[in-house]
Amino acid sequence: MFGINVKKRDNPAHLMTPKKENRLLRFLNSKKVVPYVFVFPFILSFTILTLYPTIQAVIMSFQRILPGNVEFIGLQNYSRIFNDTFYKALANSTIYMILTVLILISIPILLAILLDSKLVRFKTLFRSALFIPALTSIIVAGVIFRLVFSESENAIANQIIGFLGFEPVQWQFTAWSGMFLMVMMASWRWMGVNVLYFLAGLQNIPKELYESADIDGANMYQKFRHVTLPFLKPIIIFVTTISIIGGFRVFEESYVIWQGNSPGNIGLTLVGLLYQQGIQQNDMGFGAAIGVILLLIIFVVSIIYLLLTGAFKRGDE
Amino acid sequence: MNKKMLSLISALLLFSVFFLAACSGGSEDSAPANADDVKTAGEDIEDATELSFWTFAGTHATFYANAADRWNKENPDKAIKLTVENYPFDQMHNNLLMALQSGSGAPDIADIELAKFPNFLKGDVQLEPLNDLIEPELDSFMEERINIYAKDGKYYGAPTHLGASVVYYNTEIMDEAGVDIDSIKTWDDYVEAGKKVVEKTGKPMTTIADNWYGIWPYVAQKGSDFFDEKGKLTLDNEKNIETLEFINDLVNKHKIAELAPGGQYHTEEFYGFMNDGGQASLVIPMYYMKDFTTYMPDLEGKIQIRPMPKWSDSDYQSVTMGGTGTAVTSQSEHVELAKEFLYFAKLSKEGNIQLWKELGFDPPRWDVWEDPAMREDNVYYQYFHEDIFDVLLSVKDNVAGIQLSEYTPDVLTEIDSNIMHKVLREKSQTPEEALKQSADTVRQKIGDQN
Repeated sequence: MFGINVKKRDNPAHLMTPKKENRLLRFLNSKKVVPYVFVFPFILSFTILTLYPTIQAVIMSFQRILPGNVEFIGLQNYSRIFNDTFYKALANSTIYMILTVLILISIPILLAILLDSKLVRFKTLFRSALFIPALTSIIVAGVIFRLVFSESENAIANQIIGFLGFEPVQWQFTAWSGMFLMVMMASWRWMGVNVLYFLAGLQNIPKELYESADIDGANMYQKFRHVTLPFLKPIIIFVTTISIIGGFRVFEESYVIWQGNSPGNIGLTLVGLLYQQGIQQNDMGFGAAIGVILLLIIFVVSIIYLLLTGAFKRGDE
Repeated sequence: MNKKMLSLISALLLFSVFFLAACSGGSEDSAPANADDVKTAGEDIEDATELSFWTFAGTHATFYANAADRWNKENPDKAIKLTVENYPFDQMHNNLLMALQSGSGAPDIADIELAKFPNFLKGDVQLEPLNDLIEPELDSFMEERINIYAKDGKYYGAPTHLGASVVYYNTEIMDEAGVDIDSIKTWDDYVEAGKKVVEKTGKPMTTIADNWYGIWPYVAQKGSDFFDEKGKLTLDNEKNIETLEFINDLVNKHKIAELAPGGQYHTEEFYGFMNDGGQASLVIPMYYMKDFTTYMPDLEGKIQIRPMPKWSDSDYQSVTMGGTGTAVTSQSEHVELAKEFLYFAKLSKEGNIQLWKELGFDPPRWDVWEDPAMREDNVYYQYFHEDIFDVLLSVKDNVAGIQLSEYTPDVLTEIDSNIMHKVLREKSQTPEEALKQSADTVRQKIGDQN
């Protein structure tokens, strides 16, 4: 305080501000403070947009929520969750998750290796082309998918399988084809993103390893198995984890095809059920309870996966 | 190809991708993306009271903007500046629900679709009762329609149309089959006619939607419903089972009906199918006239409107179905003015005439059906025939209403995703089994909540 007073006496007022700023800047730049300054925007958005809604959702899951009268009803919401519809949604989400993980890990790795090799021309073109679907509006994509896979004999998909000698399929009304549509749409949409992850991973593999493998007489498969895969492991674990989470959270792929209610619930997912019960039928407490259960499922599955793959172990262990 | 060329193409491709993505991103935004989605009226009037309006139908938006212009001409002392925002169906209802739940952000007036309306009647109703507008003229309205939007004797919604269910016959196909449509008086006649149509033309008599359009009109016409007056679930009662068995027979026994392409009557697949003369008749409310004139231009002059055939055990010849109720929200700062405008736009005689003229809706006030203004030539008379309203007047006293409950959305979900699919398409359950199973599911929910 004293210092400031001295300056006030000695200097005209307009010189004061930069001095003060310097102090402020020095404070913000100090090693103890600066990390917090950098994480502050994240903490802020996390608190407002994630933490608060999460806590609120847990509270809401114990309430019945109607305009002007909100009351605590204990575990009633949870006690009516576990019925056939929920299990159907859980089964759909799980199957979808497993299929998308399998497809969206294996194929992008191969595509990435192909795009990274010297065999392919027009690499940049292919890279951008593969990435387009991720940027396309899912709503637009859904309309196109619906038309391509409509049940009419003249729809593109039915014409193609017609050439191959198959009967027309009621794509949007049969269980297996409904799942096929959702998985196909997700694969089409996220393929390019995953290819990018794996391309980045491939850049990190030292070329020398391939050269020495060549000298040792390794063939293509051996190089892939013993050089490429081990180096891609961290990326694979990362992509698998986000695919598991994304798989359980699937909503749009189902929504754009069936707009809410799918025949025989063949496209009902956990988030779809949450949306249907919580918002479409104005039962937000129940919706919140489904959300909490979904949170627990994702948490447990991800932790198990990460433990199994040893992601929590330190690198030197 | 050299490297420069390649990178140029890649750059162009990337640019177009970002451009496309930017465009598509806009359409998903919560705010209307382009000027077409917002309609305003009276913005150049000073001291005009601002009223906001949410709807999910572009045609409605134009209708209300026009109504506001007429209002401002007739009521210069109470001029309004009306902003009509048009959102996608689900989004509008979700936003409105959230706004009313959280206590802020709702518009002054909003369109709420029939199947969604019960959601807004739960808890402390956040809509303003319209009794003082409707009650003095209750006799002029088709009460069956007004009651749909009511709870505990309070009317919350201004109807958009009567939505009387009728049969649209494709006369080209009926003539080819040699069936006189005026000879079809009962559903038994309809089945017999259907057999002739299939035999002579190879085309189905009708198609059945996978959703509630494929069952509710028939159930209500039989004098039954999914809930009784006291709100008790009657989904699996005798009459409903009989009705679903009849529909199932149309498809799977008599083979005179197929399942609607696309699963329902408002899809691109169905419009194309119908327009190509795919089926001989269609049971749907009057409002579908608009869909005919918009999406099925090839059928102009070939469609005749008739009342629904009768059941042997009921006198009803039509059912009021579908439809939007317009409501004033409690969050409005100008409740009285909003209500007055709503009356002017939709409830008054003049407003009802405009509903027909601009939107082709059968007005919920029957006292305008004979008005000379209604008989003026328009696209609907040109497309169909001149005695549309004589058909309506002939069934006026035999229009069945429907009962809504706060659990109606649950029942409709069961119908859409389980009942119709399992009975008609998969044939894995009998009508009785499917209705009983779904009724138990809904009953369990009702029981759990009470």
